[in-house]
Amino acid sequence: MSFIRLEPRGQASKTMVYVTPLLAVALTLLSGFILFLAMGFDPLKALYSFFVAPVTSVRGVGELVVKATPLVLCAVGLAIGFRANVWNIGAEGQLTLGAITGGGLALAFYGEGGWWLLPMMVVGGAVGGAVWAAVPAFLRLRFNASEILTSLMLNYVALLLLNYLVHGPFRDPDGFAFPESRLFEADATLPVLWAGTRVHLGALFALLAVAGGWLLIARTFIGFQIKVIGLTPAAAGYAGFDQKRIVWLTLLLSGALAGIAGMGEVAGPIGQVTAGISPGYGYTAIIVAFLGRLHPVGILLAALLMALSFIGGEAAQIAMGLPKAITGVFQGMLLFFLLASDVLIRYRVRFGARRAAA
Amino acid sequence: MNDLALIGPILAAMFAAATPLLFAALGELVVEKSGVLNLGVEGMMLVGAVCGFAVAVQTGSATTGFLVAALAGAATASLFAVLTLFLLANQVATGLALTLFGVGLSALIGQGFVGIPLEGLPKLYIPGLTDLPVVGQALFGQDVMVYLSVAAVPLVHLFLYRTRAGLVLRAVGENHTAAHALGYKVLRIRFLAVLFGGAMAGLGGAFLSMDYTPMWAENMTSGRGWIALALVVFATWKPARAMLGAWLFGGVTILQLHVQGLGIDVPSQLLSMLPYLATVLVLVLISRDVARIRLNAPACLGKLFHPDA
Repeated sequence: MSFIRLEPRGQASKTMVYVTPLLAVALTLLSGFILFLAMGFDPLKALYSFFVAPVTSVRGVGELVVKATPLVLCAVGLAIGFRANVWNIGAEGQLTLGAITGGGLALAFYGEGGWWLLPMMVVGGAVGGAVWAAVPAFLRLRFNASEILTSLMLNYVALLLLNYLVHGPFRDPDGFAFPESRLFEADATLPVLWAGTRVHLGALFALLAVAGGWLLIARTFIGFQIKVIGLTPAAAGYAGFDQKRIVWLTLLLSGALAGIAGMGEVAGPIGQVTAGISPGYGYTAIIVAFLGRLHPVGILLAALLMALSFIGGEAAQIAMGLPKAITGVFQGMLLFFLLASDVLIRYRVRFGARRAAA
Repeated sequence: MNDLALIGPILAAMFAAATPLLFAALGELVVEKSGVLNLGVEGMMLVGAVCGFAVAVQTGSATTGFLVAALAGAATASLFAVLTLFLLANQVATGLALTLFGVGLSALIGQGFVGIPLEGLPKLYIPGLTDLPVVGQALFGQDVMVYLSVAAVPLVHLFLYRTRAGLVLRAVGENHTAAHALGYKVLRIRFLAVLFGGAMAGLGGAFLSMDYTPMWAENMTSGRGWIALALVVFATWKPARAMLGAWLFGGVTILQLHVQGLGIDVPSQLLSMLPYLATVLVLVLISRDVARIRLNAPACLGKLFHPDA
């Protein structure tokens, strides 16, 4: 029929599971080379200033961790849902809500806080994100509405809500009408873990999420149910697994983690509530989840890579005047190449005419 | 009496606001009828919007702009088609990737075009008819793209339900294994459907950037691609209902602009939430009827097909 064919493998290739992400990164770099060349930049210099120069200083490595923190928190939760075919793409909105509730607590107790304020903000952020994720969960289970569309719509609603708050109730009373809140006091700010950088306590939360996510998936009965529901929903039904409970659990969990990420942004590197708290962490986390093979440890590595694409974009903009939008192009390309090369996991590529019946 | 004078312009604006949604939703409807779920509508609209705008600015020809927008939308869609049809990638993940990629790519292409004004399309004017009170401007005072989008509704319907090619396309969407066994080229048919969906999304995006708000801004579709996806479900995969849905959302969009003009004091950000909340509401109302969705949704929607497997 055709000269290039896909032949199903007997079983999925274990090697390819690890090789294809690397292949995708290599193809993305190659495409970046061509793209920079086409745009009239010195490609090697551009790639260097994008992917290497930003992490040649301690501060740069710190920024990498700062940006990876929300990505890990969001992606670990999303990945657990994706495994169970729960397509929460509302992490951006859940992160925003966490910033609103967590940051709102900081503002509500401004000037009268104590040691208890930060823990309360963490819980508040988690609850905010979880409540926002509970809406698509409820609408899917009660009304059969696609969580893809509802969770995405709520992203826009959450951003508008944040925008309204920083222009209104949250606005700094002494701030000359700028759309931002007061700067948080010390007792509402996450402590810096690594002197000389902005790495904050949130990084520890991210590591805990990785460990917790791994335990849940690999070592608990709930994790087993999630995997079975994702792979063969019918079998899960015969086994009597409560699929509704898994939908609730995965959405609430991913919402809570995204909420903590949002709270960590306003109480960490930003230090106040502003209209622009996320450069799209919630969307990039989707790429991180897939690139990390929906596995918490893989997600940790993928998040560092994606964080590099954020700070690389900023650095290249300053150093060479490259457009910042190129970050999104790189991120999209990477996911494309990954999805494309994933075919190698389950299929062999064969060249030549169709084989005679063996 | 003052309120009555407002109804005409509001009605006219509603049809215009509905047009990008209608283009995108009709395209996606055909795609889904062939059994493919492309969540990349937002990305394809953005690429169409920026390419159409850039070409229209440079050539001064709106026709060329729209043609290029359709081609750019189709080209973007072809990435999705190759990945999902020939490389058997997950459709949900690939559609998301297409949107993320489209957002970035359109911003990159459009960076030199921010802030450049463009003249919109000329509006139809029929002496007498266009001057009619209330409905005159809405029905007889639009531009050619608005009429084209409405004309596309019966055309898509006729294609799907009155032509052999449409029958085959629906068969592929309902049962690709059977269609394949009958000798139909499942992948080729789906490929063409996805290209059509991309072209329509491109036109919808270009309508926004070249006509509705004639300028380019990053992310200017602001979720309309996703609303179009919801419209297809709302329409239970029927073209005429997609048109009704688009008008409904056009109405909500315009309502949001006029509420403040009517002296009702609500913060603008809260009003801007209306189209998104309406989408959720409409989705809930239609999806709760599980039997109806199951009856109307193409049976192979979102399922992978490999001819050798």
